[in-house]
Amino acid sequence: MPDKHISIRPITRLEGHGNIEIFLDNEGNVERAFLQVPELRGFEKFSEGRPAEEMPRITPKICGVCPTAHHMASQKALDDLYNVNPPLPAKKIRELMYSAFMIEDHAIHFYFLGGPDFVVGPDAPKSERNILGVIDKVGLEAGKVVIKNRKQCREIITALGGRVIHPVSGLPGGVSKGIAEEDLEKFKQYTDEAVEFGQFTVQLFKDIVLKNEEYVKLITSDPYTHKTYYMGLVDENNHVNFYDGKIRVVNPEGKEFVKFDGRDYKKHISEHVEKWSYIKFPFLKNVGWKGFVDGQDSGVYRVAPLARLNASDGLATPLAQKEYEFMYETLGGKPVHHTLAFHWARVIELLYAAERLQELINDDDILNPDIRTIPDSIPNEGIGIVEAPRGVLIHDYATDEQGIMKKANLLVATVHNSAPIAMSIEKAAKGIIKNFQVNDGLLNMVEMAFRAYDPCLACATHSLPGNMPLRIKIFKSDHTVHDVIERM
Amino acid sequence: MTETGFEPKIVAFVCNWCSYVGADIAGSMKLKYTPNVNLIRVMCSGRVDPEFIMEAFRGGADGVMVLGCHPGDCHYIEGNYNTLKRYSMLKPLLDQFNIEQDRLYLDWVSASEGEKFARVMDEMNDRITQLGPLNWDKVIDTRQGGEV
Amino acid sequence: MSDKPKIGIYWCSSCGGCEEAIVDLNETLLDVVAAVDIVFWPVAMDFKYEDVENLEDGELLASFINGAIRLSEQEEIAKLLRRKSQLVFAFGSCAIMGGIPGLANMTNREEVFTRVYKEMESNDNPENTVPQTEILVDGKYNLKLPEFFNSVYPLDQIIPVDYYIPGCAPSPDTIKDAFTAILEGKLPEKGTVLSPNKSMCDTCPRKETKPDKVEIEKFTRPHQYDKLDDGKCFLEAGIICMGPATRGGCGERCINANMPCRGCYGPSNNVKDQGLRMLSVLASIIKSDKEEEIAEVLATLPDLIGPLYMYGLPSSILFHKRIE
Ligand code: SF4
Ligand code: SF4
Ligand code: SF4
Ligand code: FES
Repeated sequence: MPDKHISIRPITRLEGHGNIEIFLDNEGNVERAFLQVPELRGFEKFSEGRPAEEMPRITPKICGVCPTAHHMASQKALDDLYNVNPPLPAKKIRELMYSAFMIEDHAIHFYFLGGPDFVVGPDAPKSERNILGVIDKVGLEAGKVVIKNRKQCREIITALGGRVIHPVSGLPGGVSKGIAEEDLEKFKQYTDEAVEFGQFTVQLFKDIVLKNEEYVKLITSDPYTHKTYYMGLVDENNHVNFYDGKIRVVNPEGKEFVKFDGRDYKKHISEHVEKWSYIKFPFLKNVGWKGFVDGQDSGVYRVAPLARLNASDGLATPLAQKEYEFMYETLGGKPVHHTLAFHWARVIELLYAAERLQELINDDDILNPDIRTIPDSIPNEGIGIVEAPRGVLIHDYATDEQGIMKKANLLVATVHNSAPIAMSIEKAAKGIIKNFQVNDGLLNMVEMAFRAYDPCLACATHSLPGNMPLRIKIFKSDHTVHDVIERM
Repeated sequence: MTETGFEPKIVAFVCNWCSYVGADIAGSMKLKYTPNVNLIRVMCSGRVDPEFIMEAFRGGADGVMVLGCHPGDCHYIEGNYNTLKRYSMLKPLLDQFNIEQDRLYLDWVSASEGEKFARVMDEMNDRITQLGPLNWDKVIDTRQGGEV
Repeated sequence: MSDKPKIGIYWCSSCGGCEEAIVDLNETLLDVVAAVDIVFWPVAMDFKYEDVENLEDGELLASFINGAIRLSEQEEIAKLLRRKSQLVFAFGSCAIMGGIPGLANMTNREEVFTRVYKEMESNDNPENTVPQTEILVDGKYNLKLPEFFNSVYPLDQIIPVDYYIPGCAPSPDTIKDAFTAILEGKLPEKGTVLSPNKSMCDTCPRKETKPDKVEIEKFTRPHQYDKLDDGKCFLEAGIICMGPATRGGCGERCINANMPCRGCYGPSNNVKDQGLRMLSVLASIIKSDKEEEIAEVLATLPDLIGPLYMYGLPSSILFHKRIE
């Protein structure tokens, strides 16, 4: 019987997005740690009966931080549902919009949320560990660049999607709006700046993190390491692709385990249910659910930036590819199992997205008005897959002949990572809490494990100034509070 | 009265110019018909907003009727055609809300059709008695306790 | 602590988009931050439940609450914030009308659980495990989850609300105007929705082409129509556009992307039920007086809830599908 119960409650506990419960054994060491997600809205159920073409407008409301990812997966599911192939210019518009989204989303995570831990330092006072602290460190000018690029990317999304929070332009067979000619020059300017911004960000990461031995040690330390499978979308060259491709899985040795068409996801992915969380825990069906453990025999896999890089053979753009190679050289080859390297992978992806955006905006087709094919077949089933910033996102729809939703299954990016996140937290806690010694540094360490995944269930932490307040409550075995430690 | 003791609550919106007079005639003819219907007089069936109908259901009515002038006879020319269209749209809406379509009834009853008036009242009462109580307001509220 | 007015921002069953919308204010946010003390904003800064409990009743000038009410904890916090705040602002479609998650009022808890945890094709759940509000894991770890209600509620069905800031998410201009009104002490009377009391159609760039009398022989769904970008009123093409039943002020955002309005700004003052008002409008444009023909036209519209109640089911007269 554990006689201590530690409850780490991100503020999100209060509205129900995620909380961490830690149980100690008699010696005061960690016995079990749980990540609970007390949140459920039932999109899959209430989509039933709605016209399928409304799904790209309904599903973004799953998350206001990454609505564009849901919008994109949903319209691709509709393409498949109606068996319609959008004209090439339509696909380019979609990918362009998507690239702009990836840039701003990765940027907000790096600068506002995950980055401060590194840029300002994990031990810095909390009041500095936020975007303002980052600006202090990198200079006001640089801070302005961050805000400017975020704004510009969001402007591109708004121009195409009507709204940046919950875009509306996606349809089966294409999009309702292309780039207006009068915007083109301005957007070209934006994309050039985005590429510079990507390079700047990668350099910033390298300057601050790699030049500090402590950080490198931290990244490669055992509490932040998990040997799991990795999953990501790749193109025909096995290069990372956010918009389209096949799902590739590599094993903990980095060898290709399987590569499959997203339509076959049910053959490869299953979801495990626990009584103590509203979130489900996906695993590789052909390996099996062995509990919250890593290694080759456990079906637990990871998604999101580092997983994508691990699951690919490279990136399709030159600047990003160079950084990709450098990262693996530095960290000792593929695959990299260090959870904190997600941050590094994220900034490399940011640069890739910017280069891709630049390619697309300069594409000869980009003003081509041929952006829709009107579907004429009878709908039945459709699956759409994209890489959301936080990993593989699957929308799976079944309809009647009129295109009215009969069933929906949505595998959201963060859900894929739910088991690894729980494991990372447990491992970090086990590595750090010893003999009832609980302190503020611990809180941050556990939090860092959590944050590396940029989990959507903590959308909480996506904005200004980006500190997830934590509190540890230690309970005696009779459930009376023994001690409360708060991180100020 | 049925074996179950269920007395339907029915609301009827009746047009002032025809059906309401029809009701009067039925009265003066001393025709017997169900007392379960509350008549609400409106200037034209076209004035019966879908909002009124759904509010009647929400407010506890087990059935709702709309009675207007025969096609072509509406004092406001198109009122009853509009009513027909709205009514036709409300039916599938009711369906989606798991409410039997028969709980909503539209008919044309002229000023001289006292007997028809009494008949449609009784028929509606029978239909709703068959269907039983609507209990729409009884949406299970789990806000106070309860298990997952 | 300064003597600047204190405000709080809180989210209930929310997607986080309303928070992003506040961050999107950029410079204006800095003005706001300069004029008030944001004493809690979980998304952005430290805040503890006890901190709010320890405030005097009414110590907050205003609370901005987004998201609908779906879980027991959300109800508790909404009530706590009501006590501590002089003014409560319902922020965004979810808080005002239930929003898109409010479509869940077409189903209930049991159906949601059955679908998500028992039936889902990708599940591996042979024992039909379903999450519990209280559970002892391995016989010794006691864990709790908040309760999941049968219905989604808009905020003002849980606590009294003083002002409404509409939209999913509210547009930057809407938010800016609301904050300006607060800071300058120019709030209108309580109960007001802080966006112009006009219909979308009044300011729509396509309204010029809206014929005086629209007549349609069938409904068309947006994906079936190849001229979404022709700049003409959607209703004329038989595409449902919620403009006539929706409050203006969003900047016609969807229409600018060549897509019809789905009504996230909610009804204007003279409209009681947005969906039913739209139903009236749609009925009136059907070009036929004959029952069979009307039925044929309606057959082209297989779902009414999605288009008519995409955002406002919990606040409508209909509220929730009947459960037997
Ligand atoms: S109103 Fe829209 S943006 Fe705001 S929380 Fe609801 S779904 Fe998200
Ligand atoms: S119905 Fe829609 S498209 Fe037509 S004028 Fe109104 S808002 Fe504009
Ligand atoms: S056009 Fe309609 S749905 Fe779109 S943002 Fe405006 S009010 Fe909301
Ligand atoms: S006046 Fe009787 S229906 Fe219009």
